[in-house]
Amino acid sequence: MSKQTGDSSLDAEAIYASLRDAIAASLASDPQRAIHLIGIHSGGAWLAERLHADLALTTPLGTLSSAFHRDDYGRRGLPAEMKSSSLPFEIAGTDIVLVDDILYTGRTVRAALNELFDYGRPARVRLAVLLDRGGRELPIEAAFCGLSHPLPAQSAFVLARDEHGQFTLGIE
Amino acid sequence: MRHPQLNANGKLQHLLTIEGLPRETIHHILDTASNFVGVSDREVKKVPLLRGKSVFNLFFENSTRTRTTFEIAAKRLSADVLNLNVNTSSTSKGESLLDTIDNLAAMHADMFVVRHASSGAPTLIAEHLNRVRAGEVNVINAGDGRHAHPTQGLLDMYTIRHFKKDFTQLRVAVVGDILHSRVARSDIHALTTLGVPEVRAIGPLTLLPTGLQEMGLKIYTDMREGLRGVDVIIMLRLQSERMRGALLPSAQEYYKHYGLTDEKLALAAPDAIVMHPGPMNRGVEIDSSVADGPQAVILDQVTFGIAVRMAVMTILASS
Repeated sequence: MSKQTGDSSLDAEAIYASLRDAIAASLASDPQRAIHLIGIHSGGAWLAERLHADLALTTPLGTLSSAFHRDDYGRRGLPAEMKSSSLPFEIAGTDIVLVDDILYTGRTVRAALNELFDYGRPARVRLAVLLDRGGRELPIEAAFCGLSHPLPAQSAFVLARDEHGQFTLGIE
Repeated sequence: MRHPQLNANGKLQHLLTIEGLPRETIHHILDTASNFVGVSDREVKKVPLLRGKSVFNLFFENSTRTRTTFEIAAKRLSADVLNLNVNTSSTSKGESLLDTIDNLAAMHADMFVVRHASSGAPTLIAEHLNRVRAGEVNVINAGDGRHAHPTQGLLDMYTIRHFKKDFTQLRVAVVGDILHSRVARSDIHALTTLGVPEVRAIGPLTLLPTGLQEMGLKIYTDMREGLRGVDVIIMLRLQSERMRGALLPSAQEYYKHYGLTDEKLALAAPDAIVMHPGPMNRGVEIDSSVADGPQAVILDQVTFGIAVRMAVMTILASS
């Protein structure tokens, strides 16, 4: 498998900045309404953590695992190093922005939504993703997106985070 | 020949015994269980991993607690659960047992949870299913005779890991009727596999099986001496039926020598935890003040037991 990095169109930090600004603009347009960020493990959790700091949110940050609700569990089982959901706040009635790194088929988001609703009934859930690579198999779209960049089925984006919290994107 | 609990790919198809399980497999089960602990605290106490699967609780020997925890575990995984209390006749047991299994398998059972008074019955069932329905059905041993009670062993390990973190620094004492205890056997195999450097067996010689030393255990007939400095105390239930034989003079006599009291507990490490697989005989193997005291983690064992059984079922179902 070849790994290419350094593609100028895939400056992860720049894409992140545009995602962050999109969410910030939405927050500014409705300052009365507090949002809660929830990141989907593991890339989405990194993004949510960074967004939470950069947007100076005071509401608690959550993380969500989609593993219990995946539709390919029968074939793949649970991941070897599974991380649990951690939602340290009341879900019922809350305005949520669900964060993931790559939006592809939509199946991970579907599973994450099911997991989320096991904790309560949120008032609203919007989706924020760093990259939309197309190829949807479910009627799911992002409200906030850093960049749309179609990718053929045999390839995959890989988000990495260095020790300073800076993001890089590779294609495998 | 491969162990009957493994499938052709070397994965766990059944859970029959802890003996021979690699350390990584045990840790994998415990890690998976840790993800299930929180499920019971959600508004919806259910995850859909076993949705559409049928779990048959097949109890040839009575047990309310174990059956209930398996039932809850299966239901929290969204499986359909059928409880069957099967009374066996002593004659032609082997034949009728496999006939029962064939019939239930024909009803498209996906998993059998088997409790049986005869050691080896779940293995017999698993080997039979490996022949006639390879890879289709999972078997979990919920306690067979004196042989093994692997999910109890695993939940005990989960409890120890939860409170003590590192197995490789521990002194663990197993106290009481080890001779008749499948829990003790499963615990001892798990403890040694996980690298516990010192496992002690404490009890009267009439209730200690031979071969413990060969497994690396230290033997103590004096409970006070055996408890000195231990980090974990696993008390075993004294089964009253044993008292009718010549093995023990009386319950009072047993309590005097091997009952866990505050005074004896004080000899262990100050932060030692006290475990018991239940049901407890208060005033026989354990004093009420210990059972209800701050060092007892007996009810934690019960809670963790559900998560551990969910983990085992999930891992087997995806083998």
